Amino acid sequence: MGSKIWAIARKDIQMYYFKGPVVIFGVLFPLFLFLAFYIGRNLPAAFLIPGLVAMTIFFTSTSVSPVIMPWETQMRTLERLISCPVTVRTLIVGDILASFIFGTCISAVPVAVGVALGVSVKSPVILAIAVILAAFCFSALGLLFSAPPTSLVSNIMMLSTFVKFPVIFISGIFIPVDQMPGWGVAVASLSPLTYFTDLARYAIQGYAYYPLYADFAALFVYAALFLFLAVRLHERALPKRF
Amino acid sequence: MDAIEVKDLSKSFEGLKAVDSVSFSVHTSEIFGFLGPNGAGKTTTVRMLTGVIKPDSGEARVMGRDIESETKRVKEVLGVLPETANAYPDLTAWGNLMLIASLYGIPRREGERRATTLLKEFGIYERRSSKVKGFSKGMKQRLMLSMALVSDPEVLFLDEPTSGLDVQSARAIRQRIKELQEESKTVFLTSHNMQEVGELCDRVGIINKGKMVTVDSPEHLRTRIGGSVAVEVRLDRAVDLSRLDFKVERAGDTYRIYTTEPHDVIRAIVGFATLNGLKILSLNVQPPSLEDVFVKLTGGSNGQ
Repeated sequence: MGSKIWAIARKDIQMYYFKGPVVIFGVLFPLFLFLAFYIGRNLPAAFLIPGLVAMTIFFTSTSVSPVIMPWETQMRTLERLISCPVTVRTLIVGDILASFIFGTCISAVPVAVGVALGVSVKSPVILAIAVILAAFCFSALGLLFSAPPTSLVSNIMMLSTFVKFPVIFISGIFIPVDQMPGWGVAVASLSPLTYFTDLARYAIQGYAYYPLYADFAALFVYAALFLFLAVRLHERALPKRF
Repeated sequence: MDAIEVKDLSKSFEGLKAVDSVSFSVHTSEIFGFLGPNGAGKTTTVRMLTGVIKPDSGEARVMGRDIESETKRVKEVLGVLPETANAYPDLTAWGNLMLIASLYGIPRREGERRATTLLKEFGIYERRSSKVKGFSKGMKQRLMLSMALVSDPEVLFLDEPTSGLDVQSARAIRQRIKELQEESKTVFLTSHNMQEVGELCDRVGIINKGKMVTVDSPEHLRTRIGGSVAVEVRLDRAVDLSRLDFKVERAGDTYRIYTTEPHDVIRAIVGFATLNGLKILSLNVQPPSLEDVFVKLTGGSNGQ
């Protein structure tokens, strides 16, 4: 099963990720969003870099994974793929693996930018584990977006954008959770990105709002939930794609 | 044991019966033609048998394996060339073949050996490192057939394998299909090309409006419907044969007259030719074609 998952992931990387525009967009989009927030404000880099890392990993891990299924339905490659002895679970985990590799690699860029700006990573191990868990979690979320059995990429992009942008604003990236009002904290606690941002702040700034175990547990639970739902919903949706 | 056994298989989409209690079997090492007008239920039947969609009711076994409870094991013995499917355009021919080999669990070395053999056999080895998006339709189809064969399957489902291809590509694929039978493979061939089906298939199943109309050999089908034969005549110059009391069709330099009384037609033609000083170049009596059989059994319907 492992070699089949890797075959799917390698196909995704060659077909969708290993392309200049995708890589450049993966780095530039969060950077521009970050600059829009940063320019004109006198904020320390150590505060900003965790937010940039969080945005980058969230956007890159959910950028391509939602469009693979509708794209392959439209290109008529999916039927060829599903005629092979592979399960929907293998397809989904393969797609997640490709997105995970992409998200993990690209998230190194804002960390390197931070280091170049003189920001030190106080807990690199915590940051590395958090990046791995978050990249998996958000990649599974990306696959969840593509569960509706449509071949129209634009429909899925609209759905994912509709979810992704509000998540960015409620996850403690621009306003730390400890500065939010009570209702803000309650809303932030619903977002998986909040827990990664909290871990990134701990790894770089040295403090976190939630206990570390709670951040890791929340990310893990969200990752498991998104994976479970993605597999179940795609199993139901797949026959409707033909 | 039959390679494919289908019993009362049914599938509906939004209340509409696409396949309605279809039953048939395909013998091992047989080339079985599956015919039907557009929308008759061919693709739905093939998708159920290849494990892409699940039937609503009924059962089917491929090489003794149940398509519902052993879907993955069924897929392991199948090679599939779906009509509407494509190879990955941004992967190379080699990349596409190795992807499929990996998904069948074929070890890398063995996959490379088979990919090399198949690409050479289908004349696209020199283009193995080119992306598929630059391939002609014939090359893409030869690659798709290579992808169907890379797992060395026992049963092949080929959906319109020569549709839209140039003569050379179509001939190469037909030749390969014949060879597959010699290699003891079972071939389930869906095609609209009646000549191809008549030439290749041991038996033919005709489906119409979701129901199996008949299963028989092409030869039996031709004789079974009985009735009219076609009298074909070629003359040394073009004439108006409509003066004869028969409905005449013209195809190139051949005149074709469908009749239940060939004797009368031949006498009339010979008399007409003698009277008008025409030279008869050829005169044949043809049994009904598979196309005639198909049209008669499907009531002339065509979903298009």
